[in-house]
Amino acid sequence: MGAMQTKPKATPEAVAPAVPPQGPPGAAEAPAAARDKGRAERAFALLGRVGPDLAVGLVALLSGLLLWHLATLYNFNYVINFQNVPSPLRVFDAFLTQLADEEFYIHILVSLRRILIGYVLAVILGVAAGVAMARSRFARAFIYPYIEILRPIPAVAWIPLAILMWPSEESSIVYITFLGALFPIVLNTMHGVEQTSEVLVRAAKSLGASRLQIFRHVILPGALPSISAGLAIGMGVSWFSLLAGEIISGQYGIGYFTWNAYSLINYPDIVVGMLMIGALGTLCTYLVRVAMRPLLVWQRRTR
Amino acid sequence: MMESSHIVALNAHPIARKRRIEASSCGRIEIDNVTITFGRGAAAHQAVSTTSLSIAPGEFICILGPSGCGKSTLLNAIAGYVEPTTGAVTVDGERVTGPGPDRGMVFQQYSLFPWKTIRENIAFGPMVAGHSRDECSATANTFLEMVGLSKFASKYPSELSGGMQQRVGIARALANYPTVLLMDEPFGALDAQTRLMMQEHLLAIWNAFKVTVVFVTHDVDEAIFLADRVLVMSASPGAIMADLPVPLPRPRDPDIATTADFMQLKKKCLEHIRAESLKAFEQQNH
Ligand SMILES: Nc1ncnc2c1ncn2[C@@H]1O[C@H](COP(=O)(O)OP(=O)(O)O)[C@@H](O)[C@H]1O
Ligand SMILES: [Mg+2]
Repeated sequence: MGAMQTKPKATPEAVAPAVPPQGPPGAAEAPAAARDKGRAERAFALLGRVGPDLAVGLVALLSGLLLWHLATLYNFNYVINFQNVPSPLRVFDAFLTQLADEEFYIHILVSLRRILIGYVLAVILGVAAGVAMARSRFARAFIYPYIEILRPIPAVAWIPLAILMWPSEESSIVYITFLGALFPIVLNTMHGVEQTSEVLVRAAKSLGASRLQIFRHVILPGALPSISAGLAIGMGVSWFSLLAGEIISGQYGIGYFTWNAYSLINYPDIVVGMLMIGALGTLCTYLVRVAMRPLLVWQRRTR
Repeated sequence: MMESSHIVALNAHPIARKRRIEASSCGRIEIDNVTITFGRGAAAHQAVSTTSLSIAPGEFICILGPSGCGKSTLLNAIAGYVEPTTGAVTVDGERVTGPGPDRGMVFQQYSLFPWKTIRENIAFGPMVAGHSRDECSATANTFLEMVGLSKFASKYPSELSGGMQQRVGIARALANYPTVLLMDEPFGALDAQTRLMMQEHLLAIWNAFKVTVVFVTHDVDEAIFLADRVLVMSASPGAIMADLPVPLPRPRDPDIATTADFMQLKKKCLEHIRAESLKAFEQQNH
């Protein structure tokens, strides 16, 4: 039965390539049909390749959820204690409740605003410092000691001093966010600019480019792959630092929300906050990559 | 890969015609008692010893010599990347103090901007010179057509073969309408087949533009096939030890390599190089 159904379908397609000699309309249709067919085949091939992996991943996640559910259902308590851990279903309920709550969005927006300000400042200052360090021996000798001393200090360690230094809690959290993003951006920019190809600079010079034009058209684009990696890493560290700041101080923000849920013994919201933090961090890093993509098209195209 | 039709078309090209008229007086290179030493004191290393040389406008010069003998250094002095330690290089009476768009440069490889399309690479010179977008685009089209790569205008360099990339390099240098074209082993990284085609193509371009060409190579056949004059360089410190005119008729085609005149010239070049290589070899063993 199945074989009989597929057979007549397959025949016109098989005949199609033979049509062209008979007339132009057929000739125009045949390649289009072949192209569509090719696209569908490629899609199937892709599904065939990643499909099994996706299925395994899905099964793994579902079994994890199930284990979590069972552990909370039976109050599992051996080394790890699940007695106070909310079940997946309660977390989901709490999530739906929060989605309907205006304050939840305020927490998210406050966090995003801190990231935006701190990160943008880090990008501006970090790229400038990285370029300066790569291009000027003096700038490098001047800035490097600071980087070496400050870089190993985690954002959390900065919190008490930041609160003392800055006029408001808000500004101290933004400062910590900024600091987190700064170092990866500075170092990656510096390395990217250092990798500038001497031949390309010479070529640009002999084509009449000024120093500024060489920077704009040769040095900067050449450093962009490295800078863009630094921007993505910086975004991750920036979130990490933000959370540390929000948990320890502040009245708003998704980190505060999460910690506050603990203080208020509102345990499902802890997990809601955690998942939200993960999602927002991933989203921001993704946005950085998407923003950089048009500038790096040349990298993905090869013979 | 390369149709002879557009080589023929080159000669009739208006820009080529305009250039030919200008070229009759531009592109004279004088190298006057130049020496080039890298480093100082105990680390000093003389790459080029006293060299004087005169190149006429529109001449095609090949500098031939073993690797490490200072060919690139001498070429870089004309380009303005390297400052002579003593003496001076002048182009059309003006002393060379740095690189400039009057002297186009073609490198061996990896010299196209990877983040710019072929069109943008070729339009780079006019673009940094502040020409309008339309002018840049028109110039790019002209030179894309000249090197037969119009179809590849919006590709990136990494999407092209080595030979095509070198054609873009030549087009990019010429898009500035330089009076001098400096080429540092531009076909050295190409396979033998492609190299032969590129040589023919270059001669066609040169014939249309009549720029002064200084072409560095270590390939004897390439030097004789291309040049009006072959300058053979001696090894460290480099100096020009032979100045051989190539009286072969033009236009030349690859079959010329089998003629007696060609063989004769090749033999002369090889004798010079052999003596030089022996000397270098003995120097290394002492
Ligand atoms: N920037 C430089 N600094 C020091 N030595 C150099 C420099 N450029 C070239 N040399 C030396 O000068 C000599 C000639 O080099 P080069 O002109 O590149 O030779 P060729 O192009 O004939 O192979 C070599 O011994 C090389 O090591
Ligand atoms: Mg060289």
